[in-house]
Amino acid sequence: MSTEVATTPVSPAPTAHRQGSGTRVGDTVFHMVCLAAALAVAVLLALVLWQLFKGSNLALKQFGWKFFTGKEWNPVTGEFGALPFIFGTIVSSTLALLIAVPLGVGTAIYLTDLAPVKLRQPMTSLIEMLAAVPSVVWGLWALFVLIPILRASVYPVLKHWFGFLPIFQGPIYGIGLLTSGVILAIMILPIITSVSREVLRSVPNLQREAAYALGATRWEVTRIAVLSYARRGLFGASVLGLGRAIGETMAVTMVIGNTRYIGPTLFHPATTLASGIANEFTEATTDIYLSSLFELGLVLLGVTVLVNILAQVMVRAFTTAEARRVA
Amino acid sequence: MNFAMTPEETKTAPRSPAENAGTSAPQPQTKPAATPAASTAVPALSVKNLSVFFGKHQVLKSVSLNVEARAVTAIIGPSGCGKSTFLRSLNRMHELVSTSRVEGDIRLFGEDIYSRGVEPVIVRRRVGMVFQKSNPFPTMSIGENVVVGLRLNGVRNRALLAEQMEKSLRMAALWDEVKDRLNAPAISLSGGQQQRLCIARALAVQPEVLLMDEPASALDPLATSKIEDLIRELRKDYTIVIVTHNMQQAARASDYTAFFYMGELVEFGPTAQIFTSPKQKRTEDYVTGRFG
Amino acid sequence: MNVTSGNHKFRKAKSLAMNGLCIACAVLVILPLGMILFYLVQKGASSLNRAFFTGIPKPAGMPGGGMGNAILGTLELVALASCIGVPIGILGGVYLSEYGGERMNTWIRFWADVLNGVPSIVWGMVAYTLVVLPMKHFSAWAGALALAFIMIPLVLRTTEEVLVLVPRSYREAALALGLPQWKAIVRIILPTAMRGIITGVLLAMGRIAGETAPLLFTAFGNTNWSHHLGEPIAALPLQIFSYATAPADDWNRQAWAGALVLVAMTFCLSLSVRLFSAGRFQKNT
Repeated sequence: MSTEVATTPVSPAPTAHRQGSGTRVGDTVFHMVCLAAALAVAVLLALVLWQLFKGSNLALKQFGWKFFTGKEWNPVTGEFGALPFIFGTIVSSTLALLIAVPLGVGTAIYLTDLAPVKLRQPMTSLIEMLAAVPSVVWGLWALFVLIPILRASVYPVLKHWFGFLPIFQGPIYGIGLLTSGVILAIMILPIITSVSREVLRSVPNLQREAAYALGATRWEVTRIAVLSYARRGLFGASVLGLGRAIGETMAVTMVIGNTRYIGPTLFHPATTLASGIANEFTEATTDIYLSSLFELGLVLLGVTVLVNILAQVMVRAFTTAEARRVA
Repeated sequence: MNFAMTPEETKTAPRSPAENAGTSAPQPQTKPAATPAASTAVPALSVKNLSVFFGKHQVLKSVSLNVEARAVTAIIGPSGCGKSTFLRSLNRMHELVSTSRVEGDIRLFGEDIYSRGVEPVIVRRRVGMVFQKSNPFPTMSIGENVVVGLRLNGVRNRALLAEQMEKSLRMAALWDEVKDRLNAPAISLSGGQQQRLCIARALAVQPEVLLMDEPASALDPLATSKIEDLIRELRKDYTIVIVTHNMQQAARASDYTAFFYMGELVEFGPTAQIFTSPKQKRTEDYVTGRFG
Repeated sequence: MNVTSGNHKFRKAKSLAMNGLCIACAVLVILPLGMILFYLVQKGASSLNRAFFTGIPKPAGMPGGGMGNAILGTLELVALASCIGVPIGILGGVYLSEYGGERMNTWIRFWADVLNGVPSIVWGMVAYTLVVLPMKHFSAWAGALALAFIMIPLVLRTTEEVLVLVPRSYREAALALGLPQWKAIVRIILPTAMRGIITGVLLAMGRIAGETAPLLFTAFGNTNWSHHLGEPIAALPLQIFSYATAPADDWNRQAWAGALVLVAMTFCLSLSVRLFSAGRFQKNT
């Protein structure tokens, strides 16, 4: 733009010009600021990977692959093997899924097809409120309410009927692996239920009608037209729940007992990656101890990121396929 | 305009001992016979003073007509006139809407389908339905789709299922096209083929009446004419009620036509008569294209 | 072959049984919520008195004392974390919605969602190495940073989702009036979406208020009032954790009270958010 006085008689020209360059500066600055903020995502990602790798460097060099297979976690001798933590994480999360997926999908079926229409939104909101309860409060409740109930009523029954299986033998402590599975199940129920509900709702009504027109009962309609249609999305919902369960820290720490070895039964105390870090971080006196804890964190991060990516991909694939099909 | 077969021609169709294909006049006064063996004609469906409400809104007003067995009855009318609702009330599908309410009488070969002890599930097995947009179950193969209704009813014998599968696919004029790939996913078929698959699926449970809700409206002309040929073939063994917004299709493919307007049955009669010498002015206006 | 519905009674019974099972599932899912609320009130309400809100912890075994410092600490940490997390999150959301190319934005969105799934204790570890190690002691700064790490991807995504809902015509009208793009965004688009943005921010604040794990070795907790942000600071979830796991009855009792306060805070927050956003930006149900 020229700064020379134009032959135009209109006076705003100079003002417009001044606004012009100021505008461009303003635009550029704002654009850059927003870009920087968005790049925070990349920064955070890089930061977390870098810091965890840096922190676990010592342990990585010292133990190598044996870290993942070592059963011994002994701060005194300096021998650190992550297997008890990995084992506890896998078992507690699997238990949580075994309990929460049927309950969550069943509830989602209820909310989508069976519940009276007026009840649906209030119940959905109630279940979402479950998700708002902080982890430490769940842990508190589990310690003083859930565990006494389980120890007095549920576990003895389990032991009585299934005691022939080695995992249900031995002394019942109350705290332990099974309890952590139960409390994790309660905590991942909201997300499994709400994502499953979204998935079931995206099943086209035309499918249900096809089954009804063949003379199918209500359950048969659900089974044939809804559940099998939605099974990929439901699987994605379960994987999302798994991702949550793996990373849960506080409630698990409070009820799992925090031993450093693999117990023989489900009633026995155990430990998980997250609860192990929470428990021992402030007690780590030596460098190798702290570094090993960092490596636990690295494993935890790796597993949760992988599981979450898988879940995102699955749920997205299902819902976009639906949108395309309907269109 | 082409005209469909006159009602006289349907008399020569082979009949089973269970039913009589009568020449009852398609006026809504014929009384349904008490037993099938009686000499008076039993309409496949006799509808008396049917009114359907969704909440407070009345969609059908006191409709009465008789659907003759082994004939094709077409339901025509402008959009919103209640023809789909009428069709769905014939197999109690409107009940999927929780606010729906029905008054009046519908009898399937003399049996009241709305009486207290009658389960909708059973009615729907006896009165099959094909929808406007084909809806095969995508997680099942072609063969599995056809026999799913039979499986639900407890038929486990493989030989029987295979036999019925072939029979239904032949009736739906689809067997030759799919006999080599019965295990392929049902959604791998073209739109017209999927619709014929849905027809085969409906036929496999041996319904007594087949309802079709604009079955060809989502298809190209070639597929549409295949469906119409199919309807002509099926007429020999099944009672068919078809809703269509395509008047030429109604004139080509049906024996009787009912014209609905704003929830009321305006006129019902042999197709030839409805299209050449309608008795009501509204009917005449509609079939000559003055509105709709 | 005659296809009768001979097995009809069995199928009907099976349908009723399975539907009953689904209803039972729904009840079982709601049950823990009811139980938690019941026990929180039953066990915690009796300990709520003035001393609880204004006092500081007494040594185990000695009755009385309160969680005043923890409540204040939580408020301070949330406020501090929000100062860092909210601006970055909102501006990042603005970028995703208003600027950026298709490919880059898809990646940013994807990784933001992945970050949202990172366990919170990992963020505590990062803040530990970044702040606690150099400072050689625990502090509110470290705790707030860890919480901010959680907030950023959260607020970023919720802000973007809300901004995308603003009709394109608003932007075009603003630009047609001669407004520079940044003014169009700041003066027109953001205010239009402000309700939804605030909703997202409040929800994020509620979420971090309840976080314990990232504070375990950053803020660390304090049995006294903190006088400046470079000191370890108490926080409500931390206090609940140590009181709940301690073998002292009085402390256990107070843990319930603290939990009641925490849950009341987060529930009130999400309730008001729900009422607040029920107005214009209804997400498709």
